[in-house]
Amino acid sequence: MNFFAIIAIYKFEMARTFRTLLQSIVSPVISTVLYFVVFGSAIGSRMEQIQSIEYGSFIVPGLIMLTVLMQSVSNASFAIYFPKFLGTVYEVLSAPVSYIEIIIGFVGAAATKSFIIGIIILMTATLFVDVQIKYPLIMLCLLAMTCISFSLFGFILGIWAKDFEQLNLVPMLILTPLVFLGGSFYSIEMLPPLWQQITLFNPVVYLISGLRWSFFGTADVGIHYSLFAIGLFMFVCIAIISWIFRTGYRLRN
Amino acid sequence: MLQLLVELESPFMNSIISIKNLTKTYENGFQALNNLSLEIEEGEILALLGPNGAGKTTLISAVCGLLSVPKNTITVGGFDVSNDYRNSRSLIGLVPQEITIEPFETVKNAVSFTRGLFGKPADSAYVERLLKDLSLYDKRDHKNMMLSGGMKRRVMIAKALSHEPKILFLDEPTAGVDVDLRKDMWNVVARLRKSGVTVILTTHYIEEAEEIADRIGIISKGKLLLVEEKNNLMQRMGSKNLTIELEEPALKIPTSLSHHRLTLSDDGMQLRYVYDVSAQKTGIVNLLIELKEASFKFRDLQTSESSLEEIFVNLVKE
Repeated sequence: MNFFAIIAIYKFEMARTFRTLLQSIVSPVISTVLYFVVFGSAIGSRMEQIQSIEYGSFIVPGLIMLTVLMQSVSNASFAIYFPKFLGTVYEVLSAPVSYIEIIIGFVGAAATKSFIIGIIILMTATLFVDVQIKYPLIMLCLLAMTCISFSLFGFILGIWAKDFEQLNLVPMLILTPLVFLGGSFYSIEMLPPLWQQITLFNPVVYLISGLRWSFFGTADVGIHYSLFAIGLFMFVCIAIISWIFRTGYRLRN
Repeated sequence: MLQLLVELESPFMNSIISIKNLTKTYENGFQALNNLSLEIEEGEILALLGPNGAGKTTLISAVCGLLSVPKNTITVGGFDVSNDYRNSRSLIGLVPQEITIEPFETVKNAVSFTRGLFGKPADSAYVERLLKDLSLYDKRDHKNMMLSGGMKRRVMIAKALSHEPKILFLDEPTAGVDVDLRKDMWNVVARLRKSGVTVILTTHYIEEAEEIADRIGIISKGKLLLVEEKNNLMQRMGSKNLTIELEEPALKIPTSLSHHRLTLSDDGMQLRYVYDVSAQKTGIVNLLIELKEASFKFRDLQTSESSLEEIFVNLVKE
């Protein structure tokens, strides 16, 4: 294992975060604060409780997941796409590193960034609404798994994308609707029966539901389904990345 | 003992890079390399010459791991680039053709990053010495984007040398740089050679190859046309010109001298004789005797050798 390479990639990527602190951390936090102000404080105070939880508190896991998913994908996709765009990716590809080490470095840094943002948002939420976490350890594990699996997805996206338009295509056209329709701001029980069934095909439902379960001990789907969904997603992403490095798809040709 | 003798007699006993029957065809069907074989000896400076699209960069990319290649076609330091990529790649430093460096990072951090990437522990003293050697020390805390083109090129060399490689690939290192920097780079290459680093460079500047290379390889259309000691090549394929300046202008070359490869200048004041450098007899003495017999009076004699550029142009034309 080339530990020095992993550390080098990780430090290099984290340095980018600190160089662009406003864009990397402050910007998503401000966006989330606005969500809390509008949905939590302004509208939330006039909403009924959902599953016996105040609406302001109910949306906290959804809002954390909304930001963490988007940040994980965008951090990881940009981390690998930017060197491809600049041409500096030759260094990584010609270095004595395995694809696992490359992934640990890039995805580790992207996941760390989004995990930190998730924690900052959680702390910010406590300023606006009452937040109680029933299973804090499971909450941290679920958050970490989500950060890692969606950073893996972002990494694939960054390799696949041929230009900046493609880089933004998936987050804007696929991920954002999935997150918004995945129960960030509502319980799927509030939907008509047919839509409840359709929503179950949205993988983000399981992520948000899982995180909500760790907060309140109650959720739309069972925690084991959520864990299975995250585990399966992570496995599929790793399998795709493994194929990419084995074939050199859009990297070595 | 017999084994040892066989090894000693091998023409490539010190090969640090061995390429056997390498063919590379891109997805669009373009065949960049066609059954190319090459042995590169440890400690030498090999210049690869070839027109645009000849396959030079593809060859470098294949050796450095930037392209997928079949197993057992390329070994570096005895390690197969596909099967044992960790050992093979750790021996190589690469300076690609394009200037590609992270614009927002500082010079020192960029160089340190590459060192780490190649599995070497941080060594500030080495990195600082490297930056001093490449006249980059004063710029060590500058962001890469603040540097001139020439300085960026130096940063790329520093990055390639950051992990103390045994082999350095320079893909057109002096393209677009000024004369001073080009000379500086030649000095860097000379220093590297003294320290035992094998240098493989591609270049469009024939004079560059002529100046610093030990061996010349010429690639065209994905094929290695030849690879040979520079001096041997120039002796074998080069020709010499003898220019004879006349005291009085000649109207034409007499038919008695037509068996010599002679040409007359437009003003009739110079006769040019082309002869083979490698030939046992140049024919100069006979020519001069016959010219004297034909009543030509000489004012001066000059010889000149054909350049590598002429050899290259002739080979690629063929």
